[in-house]
Amino acid sequence: MQRIGVFICHCGTNIAATVDVKAVAEALGREPGVVFSTDYQYMCSESGQTLMRDAIREHKLTGVVVCSCSPRMHETTFRKAAEKEGLNPYMVEIANIREQVSWIHKDVAEATEKAIILGRAAIAKVHLNKPLKAGESPVTKRALVIGGGIAGIQTALDIAEAGFEVDIVEKEPTIGGKMAQIDKTFPTLDCAACILTPKMVDVAQNEKIKIFSYSEVESVKGFVGNFKVAIRKKARYVDEEKCTGCGICTEKCPQKKVPNEFNMGLDTRRAIYIPFAQAVPKVATIDANYCTMMKTGKCGVCQKLCGAGAIDYKQQDTIVEREYGAIVAATGFNPMKPTQYNELGYATCEDVVTSLELERLMNAAGPTAGTLLRPSDKKHPHTIVFVQCVGSRCDAENEKGKPYCSKICCMYTAKHAMLIREKYPDTEVYVFYIDVRTPGKNFDEFYRRAVEQYGVHYVKGQVGKVVEENGVLKVQASDLLSGEQLHIDADLVVLATAVEPDKSARSIATMLTASMDTNDFFTEAHAKLRPVESPTAGIFLSGVCQGPKDIPETVSQASAAAAKVIGLLAKDKLTCNPCVAESDEMLCNGCSSCEKVCPYGAITYTDKEFRGPNRTTLIRRVASVNPAVCQGCGACTVACPSGAMDLKGFSNRQIMAEVDAICKM
Amino acid sequence: MSHDKKQAALDEILRSSGVDVRKCMRCGKCTATCPAFDEMEYHPHQFVYMVEKGEIEKLAASPSIFKCLSCFACMERCPRQVEPAKLIEAVRLSVIREKGANHLKPEQVPALLDEDLPQQAITSAFRKYSK
Repeated sequence: MQRIGVFICHCGTNIAATVDVKAVAEALGREPGVVFSTDYQYMCSESGQTLMRDAIREHKLTGVVVCSCSPRMHETTFRKAAEKEGLNPYMVEIANIREQVSWIHKDVAEATEKAIILGRAAIAKVHLNKPLKAGESPVTKRALVIGGGIAGIQTALDIAEAGFEVDIVEKEPTIGGKMAQIDKTFPTLDCAACILTPKMVDVAQNEKIKIFSYSEVESVKGFVGNFKVAIRKKARYVDEEKCTGCGICTEKCPQKKVPNEFNMGLDTRRAIYIPFAQAVPKVATIDANYCTMMKTGKCGVCQKLCGAGAIDYKQQDTIVEREYGAIVAATGFNPMKPTQYNELGYATCEDVVTSLELERLMNAAGPTAGTLLRPSDKKHPHTIVFVQCVGSRCDAENEKGKPYCSKICCMYTAKHAMLIREKYPDTEVYVFYIDVRTPGKNFDEFYRRAVEQYGVHYVKGQVGKVVEENGVLKVQASDLLSGEQLHIDADLVVLATAVEPDKSARSIATMLTASMDTNDFFTEAHAKLRPVESPTAGIFLSGVCQGPKDIPETVSQASAAAAKVIGLLAKDKLTCNPCVAESDEMLCNGCSSCEKVCPYGAITYTDKEFRGPNRTTLIRRVASVNPAVCQGCGACTVACPSGAMDLKGFSNRQIMAEVDAICKM
Repeated sequence: MSHDKKQAALDEILRSSGVDVRKCMRCGKCTATCPAFDEMEYHPHQFVYMVEKGEIEKLAASPSIFKCLSCFACMERCPRQVEPAKLIEAVRLSVIREKGANHLKPEQVPALLDEDLPQQAITSAFRKYSK
């Protein structure tokens, strides 16, 4: 029989005004096993805790029930106090008589009765409580960042700065991501490359950071502090160690007709290529889909020219196994291809382009060397129409578009319009908008500057039709404020298309057992209070993979994710929550139900030897729970058909005992 | 009206009013505040937008410009200092100057006074007719 002490807190008048605390103390004092029962004004105060500690010592208590506020508030406080007196902290139970009683009831008699019942339930549970000990698991002091855009770069740099090793896995031949393709950045209009490329060089030169470029995550095993990741280094047919990045192969390769993805397909590159001049690592890659040598076995120009002997047409993919303590998803986004909107003519008119294509058309390193020329006839456009919200803000049932606001388009369109009016004042610029959304430091001022200083025509309304006639784009649109239909002869139409998570995000989330929303953005552990952590322990989120954001916001979030990773890697060991699931191997029938419902991937099945009758041995397939990964949600205990799964500290027996105590009136 | 003439009319209105129509962010507060709303064909926010688009001829032909009370509530409350009433005033002036005649002399006013007439209307009458 336990020796239980009961402590009723007044919480000033929070509880005592509605609950007759003396009556509760007296009633619970008569419960079986209760050897001490009292009430006190503030149990959480220093003197309240002393009262509890003295009682544990004097009455040799083996269990404690505190009737007070929510366990979220002070369970830890009381458990720590009990631990100081040598009592196992998990022998302390809280009956919540504030949030669940005094704050929601008015009638004193009723409230007092309910407080007694909740107290009784807690006492019934303590009778079945067992001392629990939190386990420990070691931490591998290295982080993995998946994605080498500005989010991944910033996270990696910050983690490395704290002295920990970081690996970046980037699926493209270079790090840099979307920011490397952007011309200027709002609201300061500084050049994206000028602020990004030094960071890329920092990454390359940092001894703590290792870049796996042209590589993808193949599989993820393990749990927080102890991940084992297989990384596939795709064959680039160039020895990274030998290649000096001189670029001679990329100039002499006879296969010139490869669409250049870095310039959004607006020009061509060679079959062997370096995406852009400041690429990191600056190493050539052979595109096997276009290389004449790889396809026909006849050519070999690059191999002959390469002074470093780096070309290797026989190179194979290799798998690298690495261990990590934490993983950061920084998988980024892509602008949607607006081909589904026939009315906007993207698929049919060459001079209807997306905003990212316009970035390349305006970039000094782009296909037009920075002179704005329209794709069809390479002429300077004089009337340009921008269309906002293409594919954003659609109904959730709409199959063509996304339900969310892509957040960055209002600002980059204002930027484009302003830059064009600055550089080419002879150009008329129209922006068709549904709403102009420019919250952010110096953001609205920036947009107003486009209107007031640069004379960009902002029109409230949407474009309904774009048709090409003799090289002119006939734009039909609405001006809702004047209630008119407008007909504009444009030379170039720019569509601000929705951002969507990178296609690789879904499979990476599955490997990480990290949850996603219906739009394939990673979900955060708490929308407000834990915005850079995934609900899965040890997985962190950085950048647009969690939701649309601009560069300043991405960088802030990237640093926040790094801070969380550093907090984890700084620990030598992780204390696990002891209230985890446990399988009774004698009852387990190996059905896998628990494994399927476990949201954290904590359950694995192993074949185990058991002693059978007559000195025989049986091999049976049984579940085992990894206590470091289990979060104690209890889904498996409900799914288990044979009752083999149980949750420590919340066992089926304990819960039934509580229910019985409540129903026993 | 030819393009040049249209531009000249617009320039004249912008010059004489001193209003920067581009500052308007189309919030509609001027129209929300206008006491003569029911009497007007074009309302203050439309005025600003029409001037921005250079539709001076259309505005000048509208009786709205004489329905404005010149109470200046729109100017007082505009969050971006656009001053729609000054535009209306400028268009009105251009129309009156075109006709080359005053419609009311100050000495005629006392005889026309009505006790129930609000002060604003008298001020407005001077603004409309006495230039």
